[in-house]
Amino acid sequence: MRPFEYVEPETLDEALALLADDPEDTLVMAGGTALVILMKQDLIRPARVIGLRKLSQLRAVDTADGLRLGALATHGALARSAAVRAHEAALARTFAAVATVRIREQATLGGNLAHADPAQDPPVTLLALDATAVAMSKARARRIPLDALFVDVFETSLEPDELLLRVEVPPLPAGARATFQKFLPTTHDDYATVAVATVVATDASGICTHARIALGGAGPVPLRAYDAERSLVGRRLDDGTIREAATLAAAATDPIADLRGSAAYKRAIAGVWTARALREVA
Amino acid sequence: MSEHRIRFTLNGAPVDLNVPAERLVVDLLRNDLGTTGTKDGCSVGVCGLCAIQVDGAPMSACLLLATQIDGTDIRTVEGLASALQEAFITEGGFQCGICTSGQLITADALLRQNARPSEAEVKDFMLGNLCRCTGYYGIGRAIAKAAGAR
Repeated sequence: MRPFEYVEPETLDEALALLADDPEDTLVMAGGTALVILMKQDLIRPARVIGLRKLSQLRAVDTADGLRLGALATHGALARSAAVRAHEAALARTFAAVATVRIREQATLGGNLAHADPAQDPPVTLLALDATAVAMSKARARRIPLDALFVDVFETSLEPDELLLRVEVPPLPAGARATFQKFLPTTHDDYATVAVATVVATDASGICTHARIALGGAGPVPLRAYDAERSLVGRRLDDGTIREAATLAAAATDPIADLRGSAAYKRAIAGVWTARALREVA
Repeated sequence: MSEHRIRFTLNGAPVDLNVPAERLVVDLLRNDLGTTGTKDGCSVGVCGLCAIQVDGAPMSACLLLATQIDGTDIRTVEGLASALQEAFITEGGFQCGICTSGQLITADALLRQNARPSEAEVKDFMLGNLCRCTGYYGIGRAIAKAAGAR
């Protein structure tokens, strides 16, 4: 690994001042699972790394108008959190199924989002739950709806002087049901071939009043299948409407061919798993 | 480019030394401190050979900078002395042995937080520790035996 300068601010103000003064060639490190690999492989060459491990207030998870998940909360902590499980069990299950126990204990929510790897799982469920990221620079704080955070592969709308502070998850509509599923044809610690999260609410007569469908591994960013969601609202969730939504969700994907399958295969599989996830919550 | 003083405990003994910012924990353990029980395998956090416990939680020493363990309690295979190791011997929990220290340190972390794990819990916790000899049945039996003995 190339030499670099390492700085460990004691406070958030200190971290933001460091970023404001000189964001050029500076990278922020939370857990480090992604950053350290990229540095070892010489794919990134920061002159300076700002380690966030002393900003313990960013580890907090609490319930205020839904959920507030600190950016430095690890996947393991979020999977075990009673607050996360009480809000939506599918979100806790999402964190519990990421990679291996070693990664879950080290990798953080904020690192996961800022890394913007389109194959990651947590953004999928968080998108379906209408989550918003809160970022801060020395000059201002800013709320970024999650679907505006992801710009392209490994690229977010965060400015170089901004730090992710937390993710806010609003209360779900009354009676809403959610699930997260991922297709893992090889090993359980692999990235999903495709992953899907669905959230659905219906009224007393069984008419869909709320629908969210989010997909991972299915394009350059984790994505919402907006047309598929709209096709369900105001209708009954049955075989026909679910099949129609699954077709629209598949059409919203833009996957790449890799060792997990061709683009056409992944698009088809995205439809299959969307239908399965919708049937589970219908 | 920058040097850092780090202090931590390694298997209960205090360690206090200076490291360059880019030093990895796996190299610190093996090269600087001579504790070579922790192995370096895939170097990308997948295989589990370099598993160590950081404040009781299993992590990959190949993905941690030495600066990240400042102030923590580190346990490596050298710090284990338990029924778990006996069970790995009697149940044939290893063949070539390269993965064994990682298997032991991960299984030890599991049993410390969950004294009687179910078979599914063992599989979930251990799935990131690869055994290229495919000795998984022996490893599973050894963990079950050690859990039963606690």
